[in-house]
Amino acid sequence: MGLVDAVRSLTRPAGKPRLTGPKPIDENGLAIAPVDAAGHDHLWWLDRMVRSDQQLVERMTLIFHDWFATLGPKVSMQRPMIEHSNLLRGGCFGSFLTLLTRVTADPAMLITLDGQKNRKGKPNENYAREMMELFSLGARRGYTENDVREMARALTGWTNEYSAALGAYDFHFDPKLHDKGRKTIFGRRGRWSWQDGPRLCVENPKHASFFVRKLWSYFVSTPPGPERESELISLYRRSKWKIRPVVEAILLGPEFYADSPMVKPPAVYLASMLRARGRGIDTTAWIRLSERAGQLLFAPPDVSGWNDARWLDTARMQARWEMVHEVIRPDIRGLPRPYPPDETPGEAIGKALRAWADPVPDQGELAELNEFAARTAALADGPGEPSSFRRLRQSGLQQLVGVGSGMVMM
Amino acid sequence: MSAGAPNACGCGEFTRSQLLHADAAEAGNGLPRIEEGMPVPAGTGMSRRSLLLKGAGLALSVYGAKLALPSLEEGIAAADPAGRVLVSIFLDGGLDVMSLLAPVGDPRYRKLRPTLAMKRSQTLPFSEDERLRWHPAARRLAKLHREGKVTVFPAMGYGGPDQSHFTSRHFYEIGEVEVGARTGWLGRYLDLAGTADNPMQGLSLEKALSPTLATSVNPVAALNSTGGFELSSPVVDPVQAELFRSFERMGELPSDSPGLRQLRDATAQTSKLRRELPSLEPGGSGGYPGHPMAARLRQLARYLGLGLPIRVATLTGAGGYDTHASQAGTLAGNIKATSDSIFAFQRDLERRGLADRVLIHVWSEFGRRPAENGSAGTDHGAAGIGLVIGSRASGRMAGEFPGLERLDRLENLRHTSDFRGLYCGLLEQWFGQDPAAIIPGAAGFRRPKVVR
Repeated sequence: MGLVDAVRSLTRPAGKPRLTGPKPIDENGLAIAPVDAAGHDHLWWLDRMVRSDQQLVERMTLIFHDWFATLGPKVSMQRPMIEHSNLLRGGCFGSFLTLLTRVTADPAMLITLDGQKNRKGKPNENYAREMMELFSLGARRGYTENDVREMARALTGWTNEYSAALGAYDFHFDPKLHDKGRKTIFGRRGRWSWQDGPRLCVENPKHASFFVRKLWSYFVSTPPGPERESELISLYRRSKWKIRPVVEAILLGPEFYADSPMVKPPAVYLASMLRARGRGIDTTAWIRLSERAGQLLFAPPDVSGWNDARWLDTARMQARWEMVHEVIRPDIRGLPRPYPPDETPGEAIGKALRAWADPVPDQGELAELNEFAARTAALADGPGEPSSFRRLRQSGLQQLVGVGSGMVMM
Repeated sequence: MSAGAPNACGCGEFTRSQLLHADAAEAGNGLPRIEEGMPVPAGTGMSRRSLLLKGAGLALSVYGAKLALPSLEEGIAAADPAGRVLVSIFLDGGLDVMSLLAPVGDPRYRKLRPTLAMKRSQTLPFSEDERLRWHPAARRLAKLHREGKVTVFPAMGYGGPDQSHFTSRHFYEIGEVEVGARTGWLGRYLDLAGTADNPMQGLSLEKALSPTLATSVNPVAALNSTGGFELSSPVVDPVQAELFRSFERMGELPSDSPGLRQLRDATAQTSKLRRELPSLEPGGSGGYPGHPMAARLRQLARYLGLGLPIRVATLTGAGGYDTHASQAGTLAGNIKATSDSIFAFQRDLERRGLADRVLIHVWSEFGRRPAENGSAGTDHGAAGIGLVIGSRASGRMAGEFPGLERLDRLENLRHTSDFRGLYCGLLEQWFGQDPAAIIPGAAGFRRPKVVR
């Protein structure tokens, strides 16, 4: 398979995704309850990341969850959050305008940014501002404070029913709540409707460059050169704001392959570790550990999503260490007893790397793994010790690789 | 081989804690308590790092001189007992300053806030401006103010206010009003005044490192737990000691890319924190309210009491302040939790004799629009709150309340003090640090008197 076909197999998946492998359960062997049990929505998605045969769809869904960050704690119901992610899943390769329009009317987003409280005569600017600043144009690019206020008027009319038993439900557009007056947005005057809002954003001359740079940043650690950027911008415009062609162009470009390592986002890190070991979701420990590592799915820190430039500090590193320990626990328990007493350092390191599906440590890390292997072997000086020390050595090596090169996308 | 190797004692499961117990039993006479007033924990009880900190030499046989002592001593030495500490508390979302200090005496207040306006009788007096009244939930903050320990900036901001949470917050974090800087204003201070081997000098007591503390050279740390900073281990000693040694050495490896650099730096700082941060044994409320923010502040007071080399700490105030809808109820609860937590912290510092060394800075990315919106909430505004709290705070209001009669062209509150002027004042008056290399254009900002 050539590169083009390989990329297309990711960007043009056929039919519905298949989930293969063990179904997600908690530590007691009970099926998870994504809609009802706190944190199980996170497990539900993590399971898809681990088991889906459409891996790029899940990655794109995560990208758009970061992009259109809806806040689970504010929405306070898990079903609309999961439905929101399914909306992203279904639209992640299609038209960005369609996606933005659907997101604008999506219950999870309406709640997150008070869109359903935005009424004729009582505008609430929350969504209007973030649609421009975070979703389509970028801070201080292509809009004014007055545009924020006028856009809020255009987006009026969404509402919902509420009952104590059901919470917020039946989200719908009520023309009586919509401000039908004229609005001036980006210098264009008209009786703009709620659908005109997203369209005006996407048609704003500042949108295409925002889209291209933001999408690019998820795949390549340094911004595109000016030529590359304008090439992608015109591709995006020519395709009438389709996402797929831009993703394909990024994945086929030389920058993607020449790029230096990027720190994996915690959810990607955890899913990649579980996939490497063929381990399905079998514990709720991932909820707490993911939260501590800085990425609980459906609960980004705020509506600007996660800070993808800064995933690591001491608190989050500590959580990643614990994640690794938790991931390898069953495997290291299962290491043979007695363990081969004559395993060489090279064999031991090879085995540890294989357990992580062969990440590529740099020279310094490889040298340290060798040092560790040699030092621990030297500790054994009594009868029967070589076997037990080599078993401990293997466990230690797996931990070290997990918190080392296993953490970066090469 | 050290005395702690598996076979030396004839068992294969001789754990770190057993080793510590053994060592402590031999040499533990006269071990100091971790903290005044705390019971001595069960058994020898003390965790490894408490042991390292207080009974330094004891752990040598287990961890080796190279691992434990030199940097520890340096660390303690860096904790100048007279060293000053700044605690930065961020109120996330844009606190409605017109609720915290309600302009009840302003003729336009009721017109702008038809449903949200508080009655005069509900509020508490503010001695420095009779138009303003404290929110009833800020009772304890008002008390500290009466004691002369709160410097109030009733309209903090900057020219050309940005109403994006993220942009405006970024400005406050980096100490300038241009986007894009990669270091925080307190991070730059630590780059100048801190050391290359002490991640505790800048400590975020929250889920992740505050961008305010982002440095370019010197290490800083984030601490998400109120206990200690442990890493669990898949192996027992002595292999475990080798595991942590290798992890530490991985932090020292060179890296040729920003991504790897981030990984190596975080590894180094994590190793350092694991070795040097003492575990705090749980115990009592210490007079603090039952809120996570209070627990963080109590943790900080205890660390300072232990003499940890902390120069700057950051944490997030209770709750969120982006009150676009139905704000009255949630805001009151959050103001109360924040106010009560700060009060308990200040009293704790006073009891510990630390109050002259610690100053608190409370900030938020902006205030909210004077006119309420249609959802019984308020949208993003301009001028917001600034507070400097502590026994050494000047206690005199800086910049006046601008009044509601004349708002800016977007109908927001005008600012009467600039946050960069406050930063310059804190650097000069509190840290004795020339702000020129930290705050761009420092010379041009008027300094309020913030320290007495």
